[in-house]
Amino acid sequence: MTDEAPPPATHDLGGAPRFRCTAVEPDDEAPPDEFGKRVDALRQILGRSGLMTVDEMRRCIEAIPEPEYHALGYYERWLRGISALMVEKGVVQAEKLR
Amino acid sequence: MAHAPSAESVALLDRFVAALVAKGVLTEDQIATQIASTDRASPEIGARMVARAWTDAEYRALLLRDGGQAAEAMGVSMAGAPPLGVLEDTDKVHHLVVCTLCSCYPRAVLGYPPHWYKSAAYRARAVREPRAVLAEWGTTLPDGVAVKVVDSTADFRWMVLPQRPAGTEGWDAGRLASLVTRDALVGVALPRA
Repeated sequence: MTDEAPPPATHDLGGAPRFRCTAVEPDDEAPPDEFGKRVDALRQILGRSGLMTVDEMRRCIEAIPEPEYHALGYYERWLRGISALMVEKGVVQAEKLR
Repeated sequence: MAHAPSAESVALLDRFVAALVAKGVLTEDQIATQIASTDRASPEIGARMVARAWTDAEYRALLLRDGGQAAEAMGVSMAGAPPLGVLEDTDKVHHLVVCTLCSCYPRAVLGYPPHWYKSAAYRARAVREPRAVLAEWGTTLPDGVAVKVVDSTADFRWMVLPQRPAGTEGWDAGRLASLVTRDALVGVALPRA
């Protein structure tokens, strides 16, 4: 037995030392581009329709392997998570996405 | 900076939407309507709430008690949005909002979150060295002011009620609102007269 806590998951970035020396770049990149807006709209529509909860979406985003998590853009992660969830639930077929 | 989506992601989005449309789950019209509705939310809403709180004690009490109701009182629909808490800055305490796990943000009253709010650096550092992060915005707090960092979550969102700047005596709410930026509502900046 050990008292050591498991290492934090990829998305759990609070206090993560690897970003200690990375400057926060204040920028005005809001609103997102059209890609981001479409993904965001899908999230809201699917959420309202009862096909997806915010926690289900988060689980799928957090399941993205670490190297990919940091390589993908923000709304790309959302798209990966949401589309994987809809395949998992049988709403769309995996073949349709390939 | 955010990067443009890869060709692979753009293709995946097209195929995913086509599959959802084919299944009758949604339509392109619904997507367009949703985008238009989301585009209407902006930090100006939060700024108007703050300015009203600075000039109307009763509204201020409502804002601090129940941010969601205070938003509804300004004509904002909070249907489907998580509860909104409002953090009152004082001479002793300054508040900073972060979502360490992702990007939880009070979108109904602030619009889309900016890129930096979602960045790994902000999420990692805001809770570890908030004063250093504030300094990157040129925000320096007077000695003796504590910094309280609050984590927004999927189930509860936060916004800051900054202090009304000196030198704004007699200003009406409209003029005051023009001082309140998105960054001030998150707590990385202070309103300046």
